[in-house]
Amino acid sequence: MDFSLSKEHEMARRLFQEFAQNEVKPLAQEVDETEKFPRETVDKMAKLGFLGIPVSKEYEGQGCDPLTYVMCVEELSKVCGTTGVIVSAHTSLCVDPIQTYGTPEQKAKYLPDLATGRKLGAFGLTEPGAGTDAQGQQTKAVLDGDEWVLNGSKCFITNGKEADVYIIIAVTGTVEKRGKMMKEISAFIVEKGTPGFTFGTKEKKMGIRGSSTYELIFTDCRIPKENLLGQKGKGFGIAMHTLDGGRIGIAAQALGIAEGALETTIEYVKERKQFGRAIGAFQNTQFQLADMATKVEAAKALVYKAAMKKAEYQTNPKVSYSVEAAMAKLYAAEVAMEVTTKAVQLHGGYGYIREYDVERMMRDAKITEIYEGTSEVQRMVISGSLLK
Amino acid sequence: MKVVVCIKQVPDTKGGVKFNPDGTLDRGAMLTIMNPDDKAGLEAALRLKDQYGAEVTVVTMGLPKAEEVLREALAMGADKGILVTDRVLGGADTWATSQTLAGAIRNLEYDLIITGRQAIDGDTAQVGPQISEHLGIPVISYAQNIKIDGDSVIVERQYDDRYHVLKAKMPCLITALSELNEPRYMTPGGIFDAYQAEITVWGRADLVDVDDSNLGLKGSPTQIARASDKVRKGAGEKVTLEPDEAVNYIVDKLKTKHVI
Repeated sequence: MDFSLSKEHEMARRLFQEFAQNEVKPLAQEVDETEKFPRETVDKMAKLGFLGIPVSKEYEGQGCDPLTYVMCVEELSKVCGTTGVIVSAHTSLCVDPIQTYGTPEQKAKYLPDLATGRKLGAFGLTEPGAGTDAQGQQTKAVLDGDEWVLNGSKCFITNGKEADVYIIIAVTGTVEKRGKMMKEISAFIVEKGTPGFTFGTKEKKMGIRGSSTYELIFTDCRIPKENLLGQKGKGFGIAMHTLDGGRIGIAAQALGIAEGALETTIEYVKERKQFGRAIGAFQNTQFQLADMATKVEAAKALVYKAAMKKAEYQTNPKVSYSVEAAMAKLYAAEVAMEVTTKAVQLHGGYGYIREYDVERMMRDAKITEIYEGTSEVQRMVISGSLLK
Repeated sequence: MKVVVCIKQVPDTKGGVKFNPDGTLDRGAMLTIMNPDDKAGLEAALRLKDQYGAEVTVVTMGLPKAEEVLREALAMGADKGILVTDRVLGGADTWATSQTLAGAIRNLEYDLIITGRQAIDGDTAQVGPQISEHLGIPVISYAQNIKIDGDSVIVERQYDDRYHVLKAKMPCLITALSELNEPRYMTPGGIFDAYQAEITVWGRADLVDVDDSNLGLKGSPTQIARASDKVRKGAGEKVTLEPDEAVNYIVDKLKTKHVI
């Protein structure tokens, strides 16, 4: 068992670190304060291939493994949680399902634009009445001739108004399963600009405030028949499998936020003086930092393990990474919340002030315990695998 | 068009500096980066590649570990990497280094050689011009802008308060300033490709027209009397004065120290 990274991965980390420090960090506070989507940063990332890291070169991607992608989200999130989730939602929730379930025509049509960042992706599963309970879907898709007609709405959609290509989950009928009538769920690819596809209100959020979170509204929205993603009726499985991958991305975001808060705090406690000494000289500070660092390291091991398990799946589709992804997200998200909270505490009054990064990091951390499956859902996934 | 870029792996000045007992740098023990001026030179070459389809070959002399800096150059877009490494080349000063690099470059076809102005570990700015001397080609140093004009290059050569515009027929050598451009980032896929690429490794036997007496520590006329880490400066002097008085105070101080 080898815990050391390859030279390639080390160099990739250096690339992501340099980019994050030079291009992302200087804007992080402004992005949060003004709730402005960092379009210029997204364009720069697009140019460097950051939006197609795990996409094969055949479709103009970078052809890298899931671990490289995870390190990208991690390093971006160290300095800006917003930028981290933009890449994660695009890659894990839109690019990945097209790469996994798309027909050759769908891949050829969408992947090159998405992998090079000419287009941005998003994913719509959540509805006002269907978050954790994904079976509660109300959005319907009805086949009418050569077109599917979508009606309904999706809420809390990351990259909402900024995306160009959306994976939308909708009900396409009912099926009998074990004597019970269940909703038949399918997945679709919907493009921005399709008549009948509009946006609702922008959500005002506690954290990741620069990310574009919108309601998507479908009113007699007609999309071509061939935009069905995967088989009809397989949408629930596609959504769940997509979220398994998405959770690794969010786990990486949580890990990055925790690492960013830890690094910032280490610097701060060396500088800040109380009672004539740097506060880092006090044992309470030292013990807090030790606990924070240990948990961050444990989170990193889980997140990287999940990424490597996903890589294994790519060569052997019988391998499941669902539990590893759930554990990584559950733990990394809770560590992010704990570490950022402690970071604010160690900063004292300054930690509560907006000029200090840890204040933003604590707000950004909270969502990682909620989206792409709450911590409670992760516990359900993990325990379900233990008790089956 | 063929461009050869000489690059060097140098200690990252953000990390600590470590010395060998003989006063030379312990390169194996330090965090390293691509020398900033060299990186600008590489970027200039890559722009010529983007614009004119030039083939870019990067050459470095160093420990086997210096291969990393070649991989980085490949990940940025260079086409070929050549590592010149041999125990007998160790401890080289600028003379022996330029002899080595010239000996390596004699194996290559080139229209243009680009080196950085100087490396942040030695700060001599001698290697580039010396290579041109050994190869018998023109040199334009301190380039802040490079344009191709037919079979010539037009270069803005930087001075403190002005620049000269110079034209030279190729083949020639240019030394680049880090202000020349903003080097591009690597790409993730480029990094993985770079580690799949083959790096050509040359030793003493591959150097053309170079005498042993001009190589390595033995071939280096520079003798290091003593080397030490940078001594931290004192806290300085703090005075509170009105602006007019402050100016006079500073001017007096500078005059006393013969700075002005």
